Amino acid sequence: MNDIRSFPDATRIHRRPGLLRRKGLWIAALVVGVGAAGPTWMSAYYLGVFTVAFYFGVFAMSWDLLFGFAGEVNFGPTFLIGLGAYGAGLMNNAGLPIPLCLIGGAATAVVGGLLLALPALRLRGPYFGLVTLVAVLLLLDAIVIFAGFTGGEIGMMVPSVLSVSATVNYWYALGFLVVSAAILFTLSRSSLGLILQATGQDRTEAAALGFNVTKFKVAAFCISALFSGLAGAMLTFYQGTASVDQMVDLSIAVQIIIAVVFGGRRTILGGVLGAIFLVLFDELLRPIGQLNTFVVSAVALLVILLFPDGVLGYALRWTDKR
Amino acid sequence: MIALQILIDGFAIGSLYGVGAVGFTLMFGVCGVLNLAHGGIMLIAGLVGWWAAVNHGAGPYGGAAVGILAGLVASYVTYFVVVRPLQRSRAIPKSEEEIFILTGTLLWGIMIQVGMDYLFSDNPVTLQPMLPGVMNIFGVRTPRNEVLIAVVCWVVIGLLYLLVNRTRIGKQLLAASINPRGLTLLGFELSHIYLVVWSIYGLLAGLAGVLLASFFGVSSANAGALTASAFTIVILGGLGSVPGSLVAAYVIGYAETITAYLIAPTLRPIPALLILVLALYVRPQGLLGRR
Repeated sequence: MNDIRSFPDATRIHRRPGLLRRKGLWIAALVVGVGAAGPTWMSAYYLGVFTVAFYFGVFAMSWDLLFGFAGEVNFGPTFLIGLGAYGAGLMNNAGLPIPLCLIGGAATAVVGGLLLALPALRLRGPYFGLVTLVAVLLLLDAIVIFAGFTGGEIGMMVPSVLSVSATVNYWYALGFLVVSAAILFTLSRSSLGLILQATGQDRTEAAALGFNVTKFKVAAFCISALFSGLAGAMLTFYQGTASVDQMVDLSIAVQIIIAVVFGGRRTILGGVLGAIFLVLFDELLRPIGQLNTFVVSAVALLVILLFPDGVLGYALRWTDKR
Repeated sequence: MIALQILIDGFAIGSLYGVGAVGFTLMFGVCGVLNLAHGGIMLIAGLVGWWAAVNHGAGPYGGAAVGILAGLVASYVTYFVVVRPLQRSRAIPKSEEEIFILTGTLLWGIMIQVGMDYLFSDNPVTLQPMLPGVMNIFGVRTPRNEVLIAVVCWVVIGLLYLLVNRTRIGKQLLAASINPRGLTLLGFELSHIYLVVWSIYGLLAGLAGVLLASFFGVSSANAGALTASAFTIVILGGLGSVPGSLVAAYVIGYAETITAYLIAPTLRPIPALLILVLALYVRPQGLLGRR
């Protein structure tokens, strides 16, 4: 338990020189620049694909904050996403304008995050994982039972959309992704991130060091819920519908988990890489039909068997060694 | 009358759930592995059994035998391809092994589900009953097959009890669940014991899959729900506690049956979920679990 391998990231953070950080910043700026110029070299179809991938990236980052840093196995990220999406959609149907709906959706999700944080303070590991799973199943059931308001399994249409232009939607999504990534990445590298890691790895010891474990855990849940819910609400207004298949279903939760593990857990940005890879891969494999889920899962399984740190984790370790 | 009907149906369903969950909990108790591909393995057993019975004329008993065998093979593949490499990987810190096994078996379960969907489509199939016809129990018409299923379940659970408590290998299993290091120091090879557990697990999951297929029918779309219900039962009963799982299986079985008969069949899964959440708040270690 106490060997140094248990704390790989603690050692990495201390060894990381300022130069690499700056290099990382340059790379990030370059990637964002190329991304922002997307509409000049991509067809409208692929703009749509990337727009979805970007929202997916935010889902993945929010999940990584809970899983990678706070050490909470949350099988129900879609509980938070669904609350944001349906909260915002219901408000929009009641006649509120989009900005208010986005705030309302995010607030609904944060309330959901608090609900999840309650059992997380009492339960550990698989027990908590199951509660989150149950939360998703109950939300699914609630959506189907109140089909009169929510549209049930068909999905709920919303009267407003963010924009009708693929380019504008693409920029909204990219902007949202970049801002969320910047905030979440900074948080994860701040003392909050370190304390969360410490509580995730050894709660008792972290508490003995004088940190208020409860406060930090609740904060992590609220932040994760805020971004998940906001992304869910934005996705709803991009697509014009809130749907069970695309926002609440357990298969979406599984894809988020795959994206983070593939990209590299405990890196925040790895989740974005994983999400974009997953969505693009899905497009490429469309010709083989229903087997594409099989191939994607098999690739993800191979990655965790051979490179358990994920693509970004592996790359970081490699640059550290050099 | 309806009370009696609920009593009988709930008992059959509870017994079936019990057999489905016992292997899962045994696996966790001895090997510390939560196998999220559990539903997938039951699915393979049910579908392959049906395929052998219908397309190859193996008949209901032959089909059941082939299905159980398929469950055993699927269990070995899960162990050797997914779980053991993860347990032996040097790149995974011991503290995170559990999370990796959860993720790995989850992915493997999805692969099984999609693969079965591809091979057999997602139409539900029902294995023909092993005992056709109905019988009358205190005025309730009950399919003979339902009675047979409950009997088979209890015979198997009884055999498992004898195996664990009365045989040498069973005592080794118990010891491994209490103190694996002590067992290793006494000169027992843990990997052999793990292999035995995976064999027992495969047979139990296979049997549960086959019985499920002949009672409710199975479809490749069920894999996730099957895993979730086994997981629910096992957590409710207390992870690693076999008697706890059996009690929980009946609690869930009856809760579902009562809802289906008295409220609405569509609400069937909801009370079980609520019971689970409440129980975990009051008793986080489950009904009969140790902390």
